[in-house]
Amino acid sequence: MNIIVCIKQVPETTEVRINPETNTLMREGVKSIINPFDMYAIEEAVRLKERFGGKVSIVTMGPPQADSALREAISIGADEGYLVCDRAFAGSDTWATSYTLAGAIKKMGSFDLIICGKQASDGDTAQVGPGISTHLDIPQVTYVKKVEEATDKHMRVERMLEEGYEIIETPLPALLTVVKEINEPRIPSLKGLMRAKSAKIVILTQKELALDPQQIGLCGSPTQVVKIFTPQPRAGGQMLSGEVSDIAKKLVDLIKDEVI
Amino acid sequence: MPISILIEKCTGCSLCVKACPFDAIRIMDKKAFIDLNKCTLCGACKDACKFKAVLLEKTPLKCDLPEIKDYKGIWVFIEQKNGRVQSVSYELLGKAQELAKKLRCQVSGVLIGNKLEDQLDELVFCGADNIYLVESPELANFQDEPYTKILVELIKKYKPEIFLCGATNIGRSLISRVAINIKAGLTADCTGLDIDPAKNILLQTRPAFGGNIMATIISPNYRPQMATVRHKVFTPLEADKKRKGKIIKENFNPSLYFSRTKLLDIIEEIESTVNLSEADIIVSGGRGMGGADNFKLLKEFAHVLGAAVGSSRAAVDSGWMPYSHQVGQTGRTVAPKIYFACGISGQIQHLVGMQSSKIIVAINKDPEAPIFKVATYGIVGDLFQVVPELIKTFKEVLHK
Repeated sequence: MNIIVCIKQVPETTEVRINPETNTLMREGVKSIINPFDMYAIEEAVRLKERFGGKVSIVTMGPPQADSALREAISIGADEGYLVCDRAFAGSDTWATSYTLAGAIKKMGSFDLIICGKQASDGDTAQVGPGISTHLDIPQVTYVKKVEEATDKHMRVERMLEEGYEIIETPLPALLTVVKEINEPRIPSLKGLMRAKSAKIVILTQKELALDPQQIGLCGSPTQVVKIFTPQPRAGGQMLSGEVSDIAKKLVDLIKDEVI
Repeated sequence: MPISILIEKCTGCSLCVKACPFDAIRIMDKKAFIDLNKCTLCGACKDACKFKAVLLEKTPLKCDLPEIKDYKGIWVFIEQKNGRVQSVSYELLGKAQELAKKLRCQVSGVLIGNKLEDQLDELVFCGADNIYLVESPELANFQDEPYTKILVELIKKYKPEIFLCGATNIGRSLISRVAINIKAGLTADCTGLDIDPAKNILLQTRPAFGGNIMATIISPNYRPQMATVRHKVFTPLEADKKRKGKIIKENFNPSLYFSRTKLLDIIEEIESTVNLSEADIIVSGGRGMGGADNFKLLKEFAHVLGAAVGSSRAAVDSGWMPYSHQVGQTGRTVAPKIYFACGISGQIQHLVGMQSSKIIVAINKDPEAPIFKVATYGIVGDLFQVVPELIKTFKEVLHK
């Protein structure tokens, strides 16, 4: 089974803090990590490969330093990495990003399955996975929490909903987006780390992909950011103190209108 | 290059450095320098520069733009499950009516499913001027492919200028596919929607980086302008039984309803009866709960309040609560009227999932816990004393 996993390198959000004096983001020394949801996608792909054979290819679109994300993926069991990287792709929104990644996937050769994390932790849109499957015209199942059954022709999976889950069968090739519940990602082995260090990362630029220049980068992006600002911080809170029974009475008085 | 610094105008004042949310600008030799590998072309530096030294090419070169003037009206995707319209759809109809007043246009709902006649009146009472209704037994439950194909056909036929959809699991899967198909701009999880009065375009404001920054996004050259919105962000209109609406039944060739994926079963598994995303009140517990058994206390409290029970990641990872109850970055984002955080320290990953709640009540032993920074009301104390007292007092007030 040939599996492609799409990943994104993101800032480790725990370290993104607002400087209270200047009200700007403090990103000094912010570490870049693989989007946490993509870790589950990589792990699931590696588990499927271990059952069925085949290979796991990782693709990411980003600046040259996203190379390290691809190597990390290789250290936990992926076989090869593709970096889609060109200034022509800068400023892409989710439409242009999914178009570009779909183009890269076509270039990477035949596949049975594509797995993505349910969303990226920096953008939170959950749009690129479904975007890729639409550009490639393959079926999709989003929010997958369990693979119940798989052959090289079809899969039966559990798809999470707000109040339960659905059991869905899909023919392959297909695209899945996965949630945290699906597995527990492994930590890299020493052998994996060695392999990651020496692995050759394939760089795909606009020259190789030859995509429609009207559909990539800023020009290919229907959405534009017009303003970026820091949100109003929450108004200062009120601490309640005293005997437990007094606190309870005070609090109930303060919020009972919202309850009734 | 789409962005550059006009060296002769740049004074090296570093206003742009401070404005850049992506840490992409440095001052070198008293001139600003943009690291294009970090830059996302967001334009914050251009707005901040007092000397007009930032040049940003924002206009698309030459794209196949649709005839924008032909697109009219605001549409809302009406999400139904088991034949029941979801609350987020009513919230969107309410907001759509507010926007429609500014644009002087109509609001239409699109409802796809089977045997939905009994839902139509309420939709009209709550703001739908028209309802496009597509019914067929194959469409009873949501499936990505047929629902996408139907929406694409309807949008091509009727040309709405704005299209809103709930940011639910179904909505996010569906609407992404629609936007790709018709090449439209789509903004996820908007917390603010407004109309630019000069240009009559939709201003879509959404949080990014877990709510640490906000971005306002437009798609001026494509139609419809599409956005998803989470539960509880907007308020539904009060049902007005005098409101009239038009029902427009649409039929398609049944081949359009074919789906490559097959829905085999739907399993409900919510522990309590209240859906976390839709709950008005959530009682959440964290590491401070100390064990699975102690969640009984929160379930009792939730029962008294008619609330849903949530959980921090720590409590889920310890196996005390199922993952479907997890609030936070890797769980659900919620915005209830009241959020009780019991024994939750308030790691940033938890805060991003609940900090839009109207009232936050934090109960924690540790006065230094970060949860108190976002709390509307903070109580430093033992939750096993405080919560039972709250249950007692609320029972009295609510006469239970």
